[in-house]
Amino acid sequence: MAEHIIELRNVSKDYEGTEALKGIDLKIHKNEFVTLLGPSGCGKTTTLRIIGGFEQPTTGEVLFEGVNISELPPYKRRVNTVFQRYALFPHMDVYENIAFGLRIKKLDEATIEQKVSRMLSLVNLSGYERRSVTSLSGGQQQRIAIARALVNEPEVLLLDEPLGALDLKLRKEMQIELKNMQQALGITFIYVTHDQEEALTMSDTVVVMSEGEIQQIGSPVDIYNEPENAFVADFIGESNIIDGIMLRDELVIIQGKEFPCVDKGFAKDELVDVVIRPEDIKLVPESEGILTGVVESVIFKGVHYEMLVKCEDYHWMVHSTLMEAEGTRVGLTVLPNDIHIMHKMRTSTASQEVEVGHE
Amino acid sequence: MKRNWALTPYLIWMIIFIVVPLALVVYYGITVNTDSGVAFSLSNFKRFAEPIYLRVLWRSIKLAIISTIICLIIGYPVAMILAGNSFKHKNVMVMLLVVPMWMNFLLRTYAWLTLLEKNGIINSILGKFGLPMLNILYTESAVILGMVYNFLPFMILPIYSVMSKMDYSLIEAAEDLGANSLIVFRRVIFPLSLPGVVSGITMVFMPAVTTFVISRLLGGGQFTLIGNLIEQQFLYVGDWNFGSTMSLIMMVIILISMLFMNKADGPERSGGLW
Amino acid sequence: MVRRFINKFYVLLVFLFLYAPIFVLMVYSFNDSRSRGNWEGFTLRWYVELFSDRQIMSALYYTIIIGVLSAVISTIIGTAAAIGLDRLGGFRRELVMNITYLPVLNPDIVTGIALMILFVFARLQLGFITLLLSHITFNIPYVMLSVLPKLKQLDKNLYEAALDLGATPGYAFKTVILPEIMPGVITGALLAFTLSIDDFVISFFTTGSGVSNLSIAIYSMARRGINPRINALSTLMFLIVLALLIIVNIRMSKENNGKGEKNYASKKQVFASASSSDRVSSSRLYELEQQ
Repeated sequence: MAEHIIELRNVSKDYEGTEALKGIDLKIHKNEFVTLLGPSGCGKTTTLRIIGGFEQPTTGEVLFEGVNISELPPYKRRVNTVFQRYALFPHMDVYENIAFGLRIKKLDEATIEQKVSRMLSLVNLSGYERRSVTSLSGGQQQRIAIARALVNEPEVLLLDEPLGALDLKLRKEMQIELKNMQQALGITFIYVTHDQEEALTMSDTVVVMSEGEIQQIGSPVDIYNEPENAFVADFIGESNIIDGIMLRDELVIIQGKEFPCVDKGFAKDELVDVVIRPEDIKLVPESEGILTGVVESVIFKGVHYEMLVKCEDYHWMVHSTLMEAEGTRVGLTVLPNDIHIMHKMRTSTASQEVEVGHE
Repeated sequence: MKRNWALTPYLIWMIIFIVVPLALVVYYGITVNTDSGVAFSLSNFKRFAEPIYLRVLWRSIKLAIISTIICLIIGYPVAMILAGNSFKHKNVMVMLLVVPMWMNFLLRTYAWLTLLEKNGIINSILGKFGLPMLNILYTESAVILGMVYNFLPFMILPIYSVMSKMDYSLIEAAEDLGANSLIVFRRVIFPLSLPGVVSGITMVFMPAVTTFVISRLLGGGQFTLIGNLIEQQFLYVGDWNFGSTMSLIMMVIILISMLFMNKADGPERSGGLW
Repeated sequence: MVRRFINKFYVLLVFLFLYAPIFVLMVYSFNDSRSRGNWEGFTLRWYVELFSDRQIMSALYYTIIIGVLSAVISTIIGTAAAIGLDRLGGFRRELVMNITYLPVLNPDIVTGIALMILFVFARLQLGFITLLLSHITFNIPYVMLSVLPKLKQLDKNLYEAALDLGATPGYAFKTVILPEIMPGVITGALLAFTLSIDDFVISFFTTGSGVSNLSIAIYSMARRGINPRINALSTLMFLIVLALLIIVNIRMSKENNGKGEKNYASKKQVFASASSSDRVSSSRLYELEQQ
């Protein structure tokens, strides 16, 4: 018995010359809630479609419980998909939509009826059997789409931005419901989204992707607190990313000032990316700061204030519950633990790519 | 790739019944039969340049243009009135416009003989009122009448279609800005209806310039059009080469008029074949 | 008020112009005289004789059988082609579409003689088969033009969703794709049938061996004077079509009360264009609707 339910080995995908995926390796445990996260065009949906069987990888293979299923058509795979725009069959009612897969398996009507009504109660839509799917609201259609996939008792459920079309409040509710469902049913979920908050809320494991490559795989906490490179840091939450020079272990120079940190193992005088979260910067009286600057703008964000502090030619983004008025001169300090040092990205254009990705 | 089996039968069909026949027309059009066999020659094009044929071509184009203009003059107001609020049941009116076309067009054209004859219905009505007789049967006028009669709905429908989709608030806006009804028409309604007009013109001109039936029935065979020439070459004379040459010329005329019309229609609709 | 009256009067005049020949035709189908022009009293004898007229009955038979066969075959080929084409992209799609448009845009007479040359070239005896082949050929593009927009509207994920739920491609097509595009397929079939029974020019060049449809029969009769039986037949056919049209319309407006407005409008447009006898025109109307 293989320990991973799904494994991608060096999977790449070319679309007429453009590389959508560049050699992905990914292992997914049974019962895991895995989220593929990244900006649009990063290859997350392509990865999902390759697992679902809608696309053939150009190279590499897809393993299901250790068996290569790369050549298997979608209808022979033990995975089911919840499509982004639901893809409910408009000429069938709710009951027939959910029963679609069961009818293919030639189950008897009594069993079908029982399974469908159980699914409907699972998604809180009991009594909707004979409703036309086009008469349902977006949220209800989404539940039907989930029920239609789950009724086939797949081992893996693929979800392609399933909440993208819902409004914020409904989305939050569905996030919790989906997570509960996954835990109750014990099914592996592979979830695609570009919403980092959604990813962090729901997942056991987050796979951050960009430009057809995996940037980092880790738990939500790891991804947030220990981003492996500037892209991840920038994409997950908000960050200040600035050039630094590693003077020695546990000491970095930022804007000409020495900052103690906790990172080791860099070359002496190595040029590095320094990532500092806005909430990790403390504003102190000018005399007490390592850096000094002027508050240029203040925006009230509800829980906190977002301030831009100009130090020389760099604008630091600072989140704080205490406000400093515009024009005030302030000092900035950061605890060593909150400074994240990472190797510069591969090429000089990398920083530009990050900019693009960020939009 | 995966579902190309669906396209294959059609592709084969298309090649055999669309591409090959047209290629054959081109082949016959640019060759002649000589004693030593088939030879490439443009002599049939030269032959067409003779006055007798050019006169036929000119007559075809002239009658088609006249019919198109008459259709536009008669049809545009009809389209505008139907799109307006003169009638309660617009859809029914449009349907009524289309209904006559359900009767075989040869018969409808033929019925005009009964109406136009020397002792026909129109003349007996005119006679009752002491008005002069109308003797247009077997003249150019009768052919034009036949064309207008057959193709008028093709002028009205596209103009109506565009006009009924027109945003009425544009007209109100123009009035609000001080335009009287003439200016509203000239500056707002007419320019916006142009795509329909262009469609209508193509839809009338094309069948009119290629017809051989209307001229045969109402022109009594005297008013030979290019369509009649082609028919004769294939069915009576048996000179397929010359017939094909004339078909090619006809296709070029259609092509040019469509290019011209598409240009008039504005750049946003360019693309597609023509 | 005055303006509205003038408007109505003008439209009435134009409608009179359009309906006059039809009216004449119908009236003369009850005229107790062989020659047109003189009214010699009311009779139903043409309606009775109609059914024992060999020539007319044979033309009617061929018209209907060619209409049905060409509609069915062109619907099958055209629908399949539309589905195949929908998956195709870029240059190849453009090429196929442009060739498809050729018979639509070409003058009928050119299509007719081109097919005739082909059949003679291939040593096919002009007759039933060549007539059928020609009708299928000019019908396929209209079926494709009816089905393609439906495919375009179709959510591509529906097919994938069916596969995902375990349907084989064949089953997915039958249960998901086909029901969704059915309105387009039916429209295409109706359009094909209408165009076929109404065609004269292409049939004229591609038939022979005594096989003629109604249009050809009428054309050949025109020289000797139209037989009033044809008037009787046309009147009957016209009334049948009219009745069908009214029934369909009533049914659609009933449906309309339950369902959306959109469906109704599009079906209506289809009927408007389906009923126009000229092929080029129907396609142009189509184009106009797509904009």
